[in-house]
Amino acid sequence: MKPYRYERSEDVSGTISTIAEEPEGAFLAGGTNIVDLMKLGVMSPDMLVDVRRLTPDDVEETEDGGVRIGAAVTNSDLAAERTIRSRYPAISEALLSGASAQLRNMATTGGNLLQRTRCVYFQDTTTPCNKREPGSGCSAIEGHNKNHAILGASEHCVATHPSDMAVAMTALDAFVVTHGPDGERRIPIEELHRLPGSEPERDTILEHGELITAVELPPTAFFSNSKYRKVRERASYAFALVSVAAAMDVEDGVIRDVRIALGGVAHKPWRATKAEEALRGEPVSEANFRAAAEIELEDAEPLSGNAYKIPLARNVIVRTLSDLSEEGR
Amino acid sequence: MDAEITLRVDGEEHRLTVDTRTTILDALRERIGNTSPKKGCDHGQCGACTVLLDGRRVNSCLTFAVAHDGAEVTTSEGLAENGELHPMHRSFIEHDGYQCGYCTPGQIVSAVGMLEEVGNGWPSHATENVSAEGNAGLSDDEIRERMSGNLCRCAAYANIVPAIQYAAEHGEGVERGGNA
Repeated sequence: MKPYRYERSEDVSGTISTIAEEPEGAFLAGGTNIVDLMKLGVMSPDMLVDVRRLTPDDVEETEDGGVRIGAAVTNSDLAAERTIRSRYPAISEALLSGASAQLRNMATTGGNLLQRTRCVYFQDTTTPCNKREPGSGCSAIEGHNKNHAILGASEHCVATHPSDMAVAMTALDAFVVTHGPDGERRIPIEELHRLPGSEPERDTILEHGELITAVELPPTAFFSNSKYRKVRERASYAFALVSVAAAMDVEDGVIRDVRIALGGVAHKPWRATKAEEALRGEPVSEANFRAAAEIELEDAEPLSGNAYKIPLARNVIVRTLSDLSEEGR
Repeated sequence: MDAEITLRVDGEEHRLTVDTRTTILDALRERIGNTSPKKGCDHGQCGACTVLLDGRRVNSCLTFAVAHDGAEVTTSEGLAENGELHPMHRSFIEHDGYQCGYCTPGQIVSAVGMLEEVGNGWPSHATENVSAEGNAGLSDDEIRERMSGNLCRCAAYANIVPAIQYAAEHGEGVERGGNA
């Protein structure tokens, strides 16, 4: 591991100016991903700025009746938070399906959003990877790609985003609050992560030195009827092959409103807006769920090893929406 | 690049000058001489390095010591008090909850931290309804899910689960779960 300078600042603005002067600097929060990537030689920052004690570590109600989650709230604290469990259960379920208890105790809300892909080639410095080393090529397109993207990929990168929490937050219309050199901004979470295009090295739209300080959830009542379903290769402690977060508002057997996001299928949490549009105002039925899922997956382009994800995603969407229509009645 | 830090390990204070790259695991094993937490994968995947950091179970291999100046660290060794084994230690022995023993200190610290989490009402992926009030209880499935961050390559799981279940039922694991 390359030597690095450790810094800690007392306030957000001090931290942002410290890192602005260090192009190879990075933020350190729980460290569960970046420490590992530094050991692997995938990331080699000159400086780490510790932000774990800098951003809020609590969950509070906002003026509009929604909820603000401090960026330093750990994954385990957030999953156990009463308000989250009752009003946004998909987020609690997503967090509890990710990583291990030890990792959740360290990992933070902000860090979870910014974790890097678990593509095996990204993590192996002996192989080409456009995300790790722009222009070196993508080893996964012709290689071991059963875990890779079926939607929104490019000829430069087919990696998937690994977060469970972000998928649930994407379904539930979250906003990400950041502080950067140009001040504060509030980003719809759907716009935070990027598709790879020709710049797969950029996971998000954040500028260098822009710090996530909080995630805000809207006060939408039917989000209490939300769910996260994850399919993986073993019962626990594994990344998603496919996951679905959804929320549904059902009245008299008709879908008044619905939110759906998919994990494990793209370079970012995939908001299934086409499926949502197809379902609004329609009666609850398995046939309608299936038709909507198929509309969303029409654009899927499987690789040599991951065509299974198309029927899998369709089935997990149908199952999740069926569960929600039962519970929502 | 060096930094001066203080760690309180198993009740004893240690002042150290560490390279910023030093993990808590390496500080414990190589600098302080506490070899109770083990280095298995060194990537946060096996749990052999589990310690309680300020009372919570974490992978000590993924934490830079410099970021935890002043922290309280409890290892399996520190769970013992006045030369007496912790009830979780005794339960692992009585239930034969290990074979080679390499993962055992991590398993035991993790189990103690886990019972504290259950006591605090934290749900798990095995919990039927996360929205429900009250405690999730501790079925074997709950133990398996909550302990999934600790691998045992000898596969002593069939005895680890009853060992933890026994310690939990006899109520002592929780009380002694904090820092020594």
